[in-house]
Amino acid sequence: MSKIRFVASDGLPGLAASLAKGGRRVLVPVEKPAASKPSVVFAPYEPGIKMTLAKATVPPKEAVLPECETLMTFQKSRDPADLNQTTLALTAVEEGVPTVVFACRPCDARGFAALDKPFLEGLYADPYYKARREKLTVVSLTCATGCETCFCHWVGGGPTSPIGSDVLITEIEGGYVLQAMTGKGEELLEASGLPDGADKFPLAEAARKAAWASLVPAPDLKAAQESLKAMFEDTAFWEAETARCLSCGACTYFCPTCYCFNITDEGEPQSPCGGRRLRSWDNCMSSLYTREASGHNPRPEKYQRMRNRVSHKFWTYPENWGPYLCSGCGRCITNCPVCLDIRAIVLDAVAAAKGKV
Amino acid sequence: MPVLEGKELRIVGFLCNWCSYGGADTAGVARAGQPTDLRVIRVPCTGRVDPLFIVKALLEGADGVLVSGCHPRDCHYSVGNFYARRRLEVVREFLPVIGIDPRRFAYTWVSASEGQRWQEVVQKFTAEIHDLGPAPRLEDAKPLLRLADMALTSLHPLGTGEKAALAELKEAIKAKLPELEFVIGWQQGYDAAHTVPLFMKTPEDVDKLVWGPLNVNNLAVYLPQFKGRKVGIVVKGCDSRSIAELLQEKLINREDVTIFSIPCEGVLDMARVNTELGRYTKIDSVTMDEASVTITADGKEHRFCMTECAQGKCYGCTTPGAVIADQRFGTPVEVTPAAHTPPELAMLDAMSLEERMGFWKAQMERCLRCYACRNACPMCVCRDYCISDARDPHWMSQGESARDKLFFQTIHALHLAGRCTGCGECQRACPVGIPILALRQQIARAVGKLFGGYQSGINPEAIPPLLTYAVEEPHIHERDW
Repeated sequence: MSKIRFVASDGLPGLAASLAKGGRRVLVPVEKPAASKPSVVFAPYEPGIKMTLAKATVPPKEAVLPECETLMTFQKSRDPADLNQTTLALTAVEEGVPTVVFACRPCDARGFAALDKPFLEGLYADPYYKARREKLTVVSLTCATGCETCFCHWVGGGPTSPIGSDVLITEIEGGYVLQAMTGKGEELLEASGLPDGADKFPLAEAARKAAWASLVPAPDLKAAQESLKAMFEDTAFWEAETARCLSCGACTYFCPTCYCFNITDEGEPQSPCGGRRLRSWDNCMSSLYTREASGHNPRPEKYQRMRNRVSHKFWTYPENWGPYLCSGCGRCITNCPVCLDIRAIVLDAVAAAKGKV
Repeated sequence: MPVLEGKELRIVGFLCNWCSYGGADTAGVARAGQPTDLRVIRVPCTGRVDPLFIVKALLEGADGVLVSGCHPRDCHYSVGNFYARRRLEVVREFLPVIGIDPRRFAYTWVSASEGQRWQEVVQKFTAEIHDLGPAPRLEDAKPLLRLADMALTSLHPLGTGEKAALAELKEAIKAKLPELEFVIGWQQGYDAAHTVPLFMKTPEDVDKLVWGPLNVNNLAVYLPQFKGRKVGIVVKGCDSRSIAELLQEKLINREDVTIFSIPCEGVLDMARVNTELGRYTKIDSVTMDEASVTITADGKEHRFCMTECAQGKCYGCTTPGAVIADQRFGTPVEVTPAAHTPPELAMLDAMSLEERMGFWKAQMERCLRCYACRNACPMCVCRDYCISDARDPHWMSQGESARDKLFFQTIHALHLAGRCTGCGECQRACPVGIPILALRQQIARAVGKLFGGYQSGINPEAIPPLLTYAVEEPHIHERDW
């Protein structure tokens, strides 16, 4: 049986603090008050930081895929003996630091599992991603209820889903039950020094059942893949579905599973400071994303870009890797300036494709 | 350089090829001694000096920036420096809001023959920068999180629009629809507490139209993409100002757009609503009376009074009715304009320069550069060709520092100078709640001050002040020093 531990109601910050010992980076959700609206983001644990257990506005994707990272630095230098001789020095940038993502939600954890496939299981593993991922431990907090925009259970996850998590925390009366789901999780719990919680596990199971019971039943998405394929060339359908889209890209940057990036060289190899090669988030909602050097753009219209996004998540990624590239966290809906609803698009496609597939 | 390390400061000079660069040359030929802190960049005309050059230099570590060109009425290109004068004045008014001392930037006029004057200008400006010392860097600023005081009184009554003439509006749209491709309005979104844009093509679509304080979106953002096509749009007062501005800039044709309007009683600030509800909740129901919205979420009832929870922009709104419309419904509301500082701007006004820099640093650290602010802005019309993500020219780093992000916001704000109508969509759209509207409000205040109280998007016939000039500027001194 997997390891079970128990921590009292006020014990989570202490646990985060103990995990942070020894130079480990512990990303905890914190509420950032703002002049206009608060947002919950993951920040490295420091003593005195005020943790929250609210669902984060921004998923912890940055733990493995930072918003911007330096892949390498480069510098050209001239040989003082022979000025015609120059050498280009390339320096690879160091690998990831041991990290714990603490108290994320199962949908966030599911995001890591989704990213693993293209980055680790393809023809080539991405060394930068791999270095971070191997040192990452995911400690998730199961959800007690769903919300208006949550649909994790539509896409193979759920409020208590263990996919992608090394440890699952479930809130019960008087505290939290921690359950190790993987070897990494067991190690973490072993080292935590927390008391055994096996006797409280039935309470956690009951809480998890209650969470599932609070959800509205999920519609059947089995036909999604075939339906999207069938609807691909129906321009009128896609234009109507995306009429209100502003093509900004907020949906992709707040998505735990979106992983597109751009690579840019900045700086000059000749200058004393040299230059660096950056990898930064990119998004398929931007028209520059597909614009070719010739000036040709295969997806110049916003409906084509949104069609690509939805099709990638519910058709082409599942075709290549199995599961959906969507963990149902609903952040794309909540953070969209016009509340564009990806659930509605998929369901509409399924309905419109009836008879075609 | 190493000899002078620590003694010399970094000053960037943008000099017009025809006058000031010649003036500096004349000074050199005359062996007029000059401080060596100034790095000269030769430009064809001060009209070529984009305000972004100045902000970029200052954000990236210059201690001072000097722009110098031909005397007014003496431009090689006739009017380049007239345009420059307006832009440079605006950028000087803007700098303090992001925590940069405006004394670090100066512009002046020096002709090619005025070698001696050039010497004086450089000596004086360099001495001033030395008095100020090295410029504080955003990187070193102490992050500051502060909340604006949102307790405000409004210039006009705020409410929920319960008695609005929605039925008449629907009838009118249905009657007009056969002539139009569609009419843009609002419908209920994924729950009862959100509305989303609606494109009405059939009478059945019109039945979905809703009116009230949840209609936060400014629908004018969609109009430029339909230029040349017959469309209709339902507007609040602030949205109509965006339409007036789009007309001013000829981005849409008046004869193509049919505008339906109802006087607006204010829109809810969903940011403040979500602070109480939580962002990830289940909405059970929404009910309204004349003064408030009651939202039941996760079984708990929350009452939001419109006078306390309207968007910041609503309190100072002087145009609850549309400034331009084809069909109007409901009773017009008269508003007497009065002095009014929006809450976030008032908060910044009360801070020191150092605090403002720390404030923006803390705010920008949350920015993900998702560009929701840009794409929700009805006046951001470059969109697919925005310099923030262009590689050629490569104006912005892909880096994720607060400085890069603040620079993007500065680009957005400066590109809206004299054009921003204050609809607040940038700030509303920001998923992480950065109060970026304050930057635009500062620009609008500067434009009002410099150009005789000019307000954007009021008169569709007016020319935006930065797209024109006056030979004699009533509110700009031609030469301060």
